[in-house]
Amino acid sequence: MESSSTEQTRNVMQSPRSPSSQPYLSASVTDPVKLGNGVQAYISYRVITKTNLPEYQGPEKIVIRRYSDFVWLRDRLFDKYKGVFVPPLPEKSAVEKFRFSAEFIEMRRAALDIFVNRIASHPELQQSEDLRTFLQADEETMERFRFQETGIFNKKPADFMQMFRDVQSKVSDAVLGKEKPVEETTPEYEKLKHYIFELENHLAEAQKHAYRLVKRHRELGQSLLDFGKAVKLLGACEGEPTGKLFSDLGTKSELVSIKLQKEAQQVLMNFEEPLKDYVRYVQSIKATIAERATAFKQHCELAETTKLKEINLDKLMLTRSDKVGEAEIEYREMKAESEEATIRFERIVKRMNEEIVRFQEQKTEEMGVAFHQFAKGQARLANGIADAWRALLPKLEAASSA
Amino acid sequence: MMGSENDDEAHLHASTEDMENLFLRDVDKSNSDPLSPHPITVATPADSDPLSATPQSKPNGGDSRSYIEPPSYADVIFSPFDDNSEINGSDDTHSSDYSLSRSPSSSASSDYIKITVSSPQKEQETSTSMLSGGGTYITYLIATRTNLPDYGGGSEFSVRRRFRDVVTLADRLAESYRGFCIPPRPDKSVVESQVMQKQEFVEQRRVALEKYLRRLVAHPVIRSSDEVKVFLRVEGKLPLQASADVASRMLDGAVKLPRQLFGEGGGGVEPARGGRDLLRLFKELRQSVSNDWGGSKPAVVEEDKEFLEKKEKMHDLEQQIINASQQAETLVKAQQEMGETMGELGLAFIKLTKFENEEAVFNSQRARANDMKNLATAAVKASRFYRELNSQTVKHLDTLHDYLGLMMAVQGAFADRSSALLTVQTLLSELSSLEGRAEKLEAASSKVFGGDKSRIKKIEEIKETIRNTEDAKNVAIREYERIKENNWSEVERLDRERRADFLNMMKGFVVSQVGYAEKIAGVWTKAAEETSQYDRESS
Repeated sequence: MESSSTEQTRNVMQSPRSPSSQPYLSASVTDPVKLGNGVQAYISYRVITKTNLPEYQGPEKIVIRRYSDFVWLRDRLFDKYKGVFVPPLPEKSAVEKFRFSAEFIEMRRAALDIFVNRIASHPELQQSEDLRTFLQADEETMERFRFQETGIFNKKPADFMQMFRDVQSKVSDAVLGKEKPVEETTPEYEKLKHYIFELENHLAEAQKHAYRLVKRHRELGQSLLDFGKAVKLLGACEGEPTGKLFSDLGTKSELVSIKLQKEAQQVLMNFEEPLKDYVRYVQSIKATIAERATAFKQHCELAETTKLKEINLDKLMLTRSDKVGEAEIEYREMKAESEEATIRFERIVKRMNEEIVRFQEQKTEEMGVAFHQFAKGQARLANGIADAWRALLPKLEAASSA
Repeated sequence: MMGSENDDEAHLHASTEDMENLFLRDVDKSNSDPLSPHPITVATPADSDPLSATPQSKPNGGDSRSYIEPPSYADVIFSPFDDNSEINGSDDTHSSDYSLSRSPSSSASSDYIKITVSSPQKEQETSTSMLSGGGTYITYLIATRTNLPDYGGGSEFSVRRRFRDVVTLADRLAESYRGFCIPPRPDKSVVESQVMQKQEFVEQRRVALEKYLRRLVAHPVIRSSDEVKVFLRVEGKLPLQASADVASRMLDGAVKLPRQLFGEGGGGVEPARGGRDLLRLFKELRQSVSNDWGGSKPAVVEEDKEFLEKKEKMHDLEQQIINASQQAETLVKAQQEMGETMGELGLAFIKLTKFENEEAVFNSQRARANDMKNLATAAVKASRFYRELNSQTVKHLDTLHDYLGLMMAVQGAFADRSSALLTVQTLLSELSSLEGRAEKLEAASSKVFGGDKSRIKKIEEIKETIRNTEDAKNVAIREYERIKENNWSEVERLDRERRADFLNMMKGFVVSQVGYAEKIAGVWTKAAEETSQYDRESS
């Protein structure tokens, strides 16, 4: 459990170029390398950390990490910092063929780089011990940590107790016929939930069309390439001046085709990927919403159970039963747990309120950049296309007035 | 070339059009920037036909506009885009101008002949008609407007014709103008009266007929033919005899003897009653088979090297036109989809903008909504431009499609030549076999003392046949030479016209690509400026 000790947020800078007195922490994910053979092949990345924080070893550290290490980090942070919108990870790719294509590897690397940097620049997350492990531990240690987290055998005793209690409370509810609603229903929170769920739908649609647009660029490029070739062949059948003009037309067509293919890649990386990231973020928020619901439920139920224990204790005290001592201990324990559950829940609420502000600002910035790059790219493409075709006009003009 | 969209898709586009229009009107209201370089006007189709003043439709020096400036239609940014009306409308301006560009002589003067096919009507089959199909057929109104002297100066007239009349016209022309590159007529389809009712089919046929007739009158020789004149002018029943020729139908594609062969005065070669000399046809067929004995040899022994080279060149050309036409179709499809997807992207962002504005709690959301609006505006506008560009591209690259039909006409002309040569060769071999028989009979008869009455009679008969066949051979040779001439001048003409047409096509294609690329660049440059505060590139 996360210690609720002082959570001062340090103003940690990202840029190592700032004056050395200012604390900074930055990381980059680079140099993807394919390791292993066959089914067990995977990509490893270099993670370079630059910092002057005392908790870290030295100004620069380089480690080798793989995708599942990032997953470990994310799971740990999600578990420990409930209420924080932990940055999302790029998906595991399902399609085998695609898994090692240069395009996919680069996109994943870029996404992982963003992931680590977002964590490093988050006021709470940057102080995480798990982050330090991730950025600094040697590969064997990292592997050990990673294996520890998998499977049910690694759940802590406290977790088991909680699982039992959950079952218990469900049973008691059923027995007692309680149909209490255990959902938060404040108007602002309702609005937020509705907003998040709706937003995901809208974003998913935009992202779908963005992806299709990438395809359209490629298809148009391919068709211009084929058209160019066909027109050149046609020109070979014709005498002058038509033959040469067809040949020039074909060449230009092929040139335009190349521009389109280039832009397709740009749109994929600078526009479609940010949109996908936005969708992932919203999904991450949905997971946090679910955590908050669980925490709320716990807080309600433990409060309820505590109440019952109190009533029971009072009853026993009145009858001067010898079970009073036991009951009192039980009551105190339950009360402490209930208070902790309430604290946990309230911390989630506080965090979420801060996070939502951060999230909105961050997304406006990131999407603004994506839109700007997209618009610039499209303008550059269109101008390039106009220039290419325009070069043909003098010859065409000359030929038709001849 | 763009195909007909089904109803559902048409509806979808209609409603997305509405959404786009509404959105852009709102954008216009909130911007109301008098200095905006591209005034947004939502014009109606009536007053803004984007294709009415395209520079490339005046090929021979009529283009005073600089090619750098985008065509006038580009100024009309938001005329509602309607696939069908634009294609039909464009067909009007486009094809009629073909008749000017095709004949260099007439481009100087103001000769014109314009044909329109319209108002299909169902009519009842009369009981006296031979083919009483399903009882009804469709007629089309064919209106001609021309100032050609051949048609009596400036005049307008119209007739009603059915498809069967067009078939007759085509058959008659094929017979009278052997060796010429006659544009192929629209296909007959096996239609039941059920299919005939369908709007789509009737409309397709109307368009095809119009194209065909326009091509016919674009041909400098055929436009003045009696057959065409009669077809266009004479009201009521078409006074051209339909080919009730059973023999030629049997051997369709093998050999067709020209009417002239029999029509020529003195030869005395009378056709068998009822049309064609069946026997001769069979002989020619046998001849063509014997010529083809080697299997790989052509049916006709053509010795003219130049002709063979030309034929092969034409074949190559045809292959490349087919290929280019196919790639053009793929290109058009890709351009269309680019425009559509861009539009859908824009719409998705329109919805997002609306959503964020409605749900906004933070200023960052409002800022983002504004950024999205700028992006959506640009995407929607770009989408429009892509689709407008595409209708232009279709228009221009249609030239490739048209030439497919013309290449078929060339094949037809070459085939006329081959069949005429076959006739000559058949007659030659017939002559030599007749002469051989005569020789044998004479030899045999001379052995009989005192003369052989029956043999002598036979010899006389054969000599008569030889004389007739000799005449027929001479006629056939003259016909063959005539066709060769026609072939040659037609191919010359076609090469010239094709050069001009392809040049126009390239020019039109490139001009519209440049014009619209500039427009699209403008739209995105504006969006980039509006989001310039997010420029993170280190300069």
